[in-house]
Amino acid sequence: MKSMTTLVERLGGINLLPVLLAIIALVLIGSPSTWLTLTIAGLSMGMMIFLMASGLSLVFGLMDVLNFGHSAFISFGAFIAASVLAALAVWVAADSVLLNLLALFAAISAAALFGLVAGWMFERVIIKPVYRDHLRQILITMGALIVAEQIILAIWGGSPVAVPRPNFLSGSLIMGDVTIEIYRLFAFGLGLVTYMALHAVLNRTRVGLLVRAGVENREMVEALGFRIDRLFIGVFAVGSALAAMGGAMWAGYETLITGAIGSEMMIIVFIVIIIGGLGSIEGSLLGALMVGLMGNYVAFLAPKMALASNMILMMAILLWRPYGLRPAVK
Amino acid sequence: MNQTTNEPQGQTRGGRTGRLIAYGLIGIIAICLFFAPLLFPDVRSQEVAARICIFIVLVASYDLLIGYTGIVSFAHTMFFGLGAYATAIALKQMGPGWDAVIIGGALGVGVSVLLAALVGLLSLRVKAIFFAMVTLAAASVMAVLASQFSDFTGGEDGIIYKVPKIFSPATKLLTDENGKVLTIFGVKANGKMAAYYFVFFGSLILYFLMLRIVASPLGTVLEAIRENEMRAEALGYKVVLYRTAIFCIAAAIAACAGILRAVWLKYTGPETTLSFAIMIDILLMVVIGGMGTMTGAIIGATVMSVAQFYLKDLMQLASEATAGIPLVPDLLDPDRWLLWLGLLFILLVYFFPAGIVGTLARKGHHP
Amino acid sequence: MSAPILELDNIFTDIAQYHILHGVSLHIPEGGVHVLLGRNGAGKTTTLRTIMGLWQAKQGAIRFRGEDITKQHTSDIARKGIAYVPENMGIFGGLTVEENMRLATLDGSFDQDRLQRIYTLFPALEKFWNSSAWSLSGGQKQMLAIARAMIEKRDLILIDEPTKGLAPAIILNMVEAFREIARETTILLVEQNFLFARSLGQTVAVIDDGRIAHSGTMAELVEDAALQTRLLSLSLDAHQ
Repeated sequence: MKSMTTLVERLGGINLLPVLLAIIALVLIGSPSTWLTLTIAGLSMGMMIFLMASGLSLVFGLMDVLNFGHSAFISFGAFIAASVLAALAVWVAADSVLLNLLALFAAISAAALFGLVAGWMFERVIIKPVYRDHLRQILITMGALIVAEQIILAIWGGSPVAVPRPNFLSGSLIMGDVTIEIYRLFAFGLGLVTYMALHAVLNRTRVGLLVRAGVENREMVEALGFRIDRLFIGVFAVGSALAAMGGAMWAGYETLITGAIGSEMMIIVFIVIIIGGLGSIEGSLLGALMVGLMGNYVAFLAPKMALASNMILMMAILLWRPYGLRPAVK
Repeated sequence: MNQTTNEPQGQTRGGRTGRLIAYGLIGIIAICLFFAPLLFPDVRSQEVAARICIFIVLVASYDLLIGYTGIVSFAHTMFFGLGAYATAIALKQMGPGWDAVIIGGALGVGVSVLLAALVGLLSLRVKAIFFAMVTLAAASVMAVLASQFSDFTGGEDGIIYKVPKIFSPATKLLTDENGKVLTIFGVKANGKMAAYYFVFFGSLILYFLMLRIVASPLGTVLEAIRENEMRAEALGYKVVLYRTAIFCIAAAIAACAGILRAVWLKYTGPETTLSFAIMIDILLMVVIGGMGTMTGAIIGATVMSVAQFYLKDLMQLASEATAGIPLVPDLLDPDRWLLWLGLLFILLVYFFPAGIVGTLARKGHHP
Repeated sequence: MSAPILELDNIFTDIAQYHILHGVSLHIPEGGVHVLLGRNGAGKTTTLRTIMGLWQAKQGAIRFRGEDITKQHTSDIARKGIAYVPENMGIFGGLTVEENMRLATLDGSFDQDRLQRIYTLFPALEKFWNSSAWSLSGGQKQMLAIARAMIEKRDLILIDEPTKGLAPAIILNMVEAFREIARETTILLVEQNFLFARSLGQTVAVIDDGRIAHSGTMAELVEDAALQTRLLSLSLDAHQ
């Protein structure tokens, strides 16, 4: 038994949970080709959710601030990307990969830029007055979320908005029985690159070192001569930009978005950071992949239970590890 | 919580006057609600009066959590909805009898308490902030499930059903010597009036029950926990158990309010019980009235319900008046009333975290 | 006495609704080790945290080299040349020893001479240079905490009960380290352990119930048994 435990540890410990989930799903689903399609869908969905969740998790870790308005950045990101793609419709539909890429790049950058600027303002206006007061933090950020959602409804209206998908990303790869949407591969790739970039910044740069230290012990970082509050604004803005990016990617994935996109994703994001543990991007990635996989498998096996299954997963993990799978060291 | 509610010293004359104003307001509201069928006999006003009664209970039970215990839950509509849906489904399946109301209601309350115990024990162990997230997730999962299992719940359309015969408008509650329905000040004493008083007295009983809870030893312990969790734990109180207990009590009362709502409306759907908009209403009412004050629930629920009633009309006018300007009419559209309530909410939490009752009671006390 | 490097003038500090310090006044001369003694709950840690700006003094003034730092931000106070080693050591467990040390440098690069001196004092740190800090023993963590305060030239180091829970052999190592540091820096040491304190301290102040009950040279206190009994009866019992 003990050697079994060490073997599991050596192979990656709790990082194996998504693999375990995939194996169980393979048994239940039976058909390998269906399973592969679902797995790829789950992984790419997980990566997009990771983008949305990582910022929230870091913001909480660093400043003990939980922003219930985080999903507003997801929604705005989605709608801004949709508008940019619609405005660049000629490039989007063009037969040139370069023009397609340019349009996509413009859409995602516009969303991210908005997240960066709006996140910075949001931190100054909404969050700063209520540092260290959880009750008012929850209430005020919730109020801000309501206002933001209403602004979205006022600007883009209540009816669904179509999101044009760049030409080279539409369509699927077909390998035997397996159909893979190209967009999913792209989303997975972009998410992975973002994760690696974040990981590198956190582990290889001085700012990253300060963030990791600050998540553990904010006071000590200040006692060493650094301003955590200034660092925090930066992390907040970047976290918001990542959420907007995630929203933009999600818009392209769904191709039809409504004002409810933010609150729908918010639930998933909360489930992810509770599963993963607050304050670490590794935890967010692990949680996001599990939730993405679980959502897709269950949507196939028992469509009505997709969201509830993730809720059950969260409850089970809370029972097992009350602080989540990989929380930051506190 | 950044202000303590129990400061016996330094209650100035200003505070006393403020409290008198608050009690006066509550007296007026209570009288208006009691005589509502006579004073405001039109259908729309009746709806508002019944809604106020039910929301007073809902808001007061929510305040047991947020104000008295210092934990934020977003699952209050889930329990409200469970009470309403259980009653509605029982009335639909078993027919319009009291047995259906009792069995359905009991089931709704029971499931609510069970669910509350589960969520509380799991997520109150760690940090209060987890609790907020878990309850939000649980509530939305419940809302999704309610719309998906439409065979039972009627999905987005909800359920329409009949209620016990005594509440039907054709029922003669009191009759005159000719055997016709008795009219008091020109208002018919029919089943509709019976339904209203069912809601009124049901709410009144629940409200007094909560007053008892707040004044009980449990209420004292909860306040001690809210003020200083570490110290309460050190004194030997099992913080998690106490918090879970009050969460279960609040859930049970919210479910009872759901029963009243289901019986009154003869209809139960996501929009009337489960929707997040109702959760926001509750939050606003609790903050407007004043967190940590049972009387705040009465004022908050009344002010908000009446305001909502007229705000939309007002916005319609404003929107039409600004028709030429870009975006402004969109922002003033009656459908955007939540935008303004949200702004109001933020401003309230910043500047008047004590709410109407808290501000009145403390007037002249804090600079 | 030389001009004080640090001066506390009638400091009052509240934590939540509790009054912890009621008028603490201290004069820390430049150079050497100065000890703040007191039993649990007397206000020792609060004094250090108030100096660092981690808690705000409600009243009174704190002057560092004559400059009023009472209302300054913790990070600015640190950058004036004050290092703080808290009671829980403030080690970043998720970071390596090297990363912990690097954070304590102001510009991210090490002064090799200082690093060599640290390695000589605490060989364990060199050995575990690239390990996670959480894997260190309690004594090694304390070494790391003190090494962090030494890696840059500081004018004043505030150290909160460094001997708590440590084995006697490691405490001897600490005495040596503090003597080494005290050659270039002033140390304000908060202690309950009188034996350890008296082997190092030049001056001593005794804090009780949020006030300074006595201050003077260490030699005075060591010779006056009656004074010791009066001031320190509780904490001394444990060690004599």
